[in-house]
Amino acid sequence: MGEIFDFSPIFESFDRVWAGFQSTIQLSVASAILSLVLGTILVAMRVAPIPLLRAAGTIYVNAVRNTPLTLVLLFSSLAISDTLHIVVSDVPRTNYYWFGVFGLSAYTACFVCEVLRSGINTVPLGQAEAARSIGLTFAQSLRIIILPQAFRTVIAPLGSVFIAMIKNTTVVIVASYAEAAAIMKDLFEDYSASLGIFIGFAIGFMVLTLPTGYFFGWLAKRLAVAR
Amino acid sequence: MSEASILYDAPGPRARRRNVILTAGSIAAFVVFGYVIYRLLDQEQQFDARLWTPFLEPDVWTGFVLPGLINTLKSTLVAGVLALAFGMIFGLARLSDHWWIRMPAGAIVEFFRAIPLLILIFLALFVPPIISPIIAAGPLGMAQRYVVEYLLWPFGVVINGGVVIVPAFAALVFGLVLYNGSVLAEVVRAGVLSVPRGQSEAAYSIGLRKNAVMRLVLLPQAISAMMPAIVAQMVVLLKDSALGFIIAYEELLNNMVKKIPANFGNNVLQSALVCAVIYILLNLALGRFATWLERRNARRGRTAAVVPVGQVDAVDAGAGGTGVGLGAAGTAGVAGAVGVAGAVGVAGLSDDGVGTGDRGGGG
Repeated sequence: MGEIFDFSPIFESFDRVWAGFQSTIQLSVASAILSLVLGTILVAMRVAPIPLLRAAGTIYVNAVRNTPLTLVLLFSSLAISDTLHIVVSDVPRTNYYWFGVFGLSAYTACFVCEVLRSGINTVPLGQAEAARSIGLTFAQSLRIIILPQAFRTVIAPLGSVFIAMIKNTTVVIVASYAEAAAIMKDLFEDYSASLGIFIGFAIGFMVLTLPTGYFFGWLAKRLAVAR
Repeated sequence: MSEASILYDAPGPRARRRNVILTAGSIAAFVVFGYVIYRLLDQEQQFDARLWTPFLEPDVWTGFVLPGLINTLKSTLVAGVLALAFGMIFGLARLSDHWWIRMPAGAIVEFFRAIPLLILIFLALFVPPIISPIIAAGPLGMAQRYVVEYLLWPFGVVINGGVVIVPAFAALVFGLVLYNGSVLAEVVRAGVLSVPRGQSEAAYSIGLRKNAVMRLVLLPQAISAMMPAIVAQMVVLLKDSALGFIIAYEELLNNMVKKIPANFGNNVLQSALVCAVIYILLNLALGRFATWLERRNARRGRTAAVVPVGQVDAVDAGAGGTGVGLGAAGTAGVAGAVGVAGAVGVAGLSDDGVGTGDRGGGG
């Protein structure tokens, strides 16, 4: 029975496990930054006074967030990189890493955008009116008055979006980039599959997701807008 | 009040001129962007008719698309029903008065929400064939056989000489049920907690027992409040079923992005586009349904389940056209009074202004 809970593969190939989680962390950090930037641009488009930009933002968000992430990542790696021969690096692993990041960010940005948009709705109407009355333009009021408050109210939901994104990095396996989940599959094949390996990786992911949740919860409390 | 008018006034002459210039600028940007993409596609001969025509042939639809779609819907439906049952059981278990029910249920739900769905699917696919012979030799051997032969056979799980083989379908359903079931458990818990306390107090005061209070008073109200969040989670589940691609389950994505290109001259890009359109239409339809449910609830003066902060990762793979049931949609007034939805922020992520626009009417 001891073989079922055999944790030794985790320790024997600890350098591979560690490398896998390093890849996961790298993917997560890069995608978090890129999706935050993209999501902010999208939300600016979606609330802009120009109907064309609003429509473009809405169409993008609705199209991408209703597409499975697996398909988004296949599209970015197989269709855009392999079929259209767009490469950012001659090293395949680096190239697929970036197309994984692009796919993840394109997908996560939709959720960042929607969370931010709901945050904008919590900013009291008087704030925008006051901003206009002192002569700020739309871009200025969005940048100086609305978005800073919106960001602070949505930190907790934003944290949940990023936790989901950390878990979603596992899907990058379809974009030919090996991160922790792919390493787990390799270990299953190299050693015999055991619950021990699974539990080891599950703990690894929990070490990444749970503190992220607590951190964002703490940050949300700290930065909460007092009203 | 429309959402847009919160952020800017009706444009005057200067703002109108600026808007015209910006519109022209963005049209120009889109045209340039479109042209670059057109040139790229053209260079790689992606407009070749042979790459697109397969989708005009009925055989492709009956041979690849429809069977894939049926498998996708099958896994979604089976996993959806089981996830609902899982969510109901664990959501109520977390509300139990007994710590020895509440704590393990909480631990299980939190565990499955904290780990990626994909490693659960790998667990179900790769581990049973290896560890089942060991179990078969041990004291639980008979129990394992009975579990497979009486409980798991509908999913295609077979046991042969002590070796349990799990097909891709069962592995996918296993992962989908545990992950989405855990999220739904939180939805159920939040839904029951969202029923005003006076309801259960009144029920207790007329002499109902715990079981009856839950069954007759709290759940019926909670369920109608939870419906939008549940449907939104079904959209997540439908999208997550595409993970079947990774374990070679023959669902829509697999049939369209792997098999069609293999048979029709490597038209990956074209197949992926058509596949995306199908998924988007399916999810939009489900999203519409959720919006309709939300509206109906709002008309009846009920609030959607106000889901606590930590739960927001239902947004995760995320809900189609509608909100994730965080905070009330059309009922901003009620939610505002409770004081939660505003602070948590995500009051109705819906697109049609049900949840987003009407701040003016709230509070």
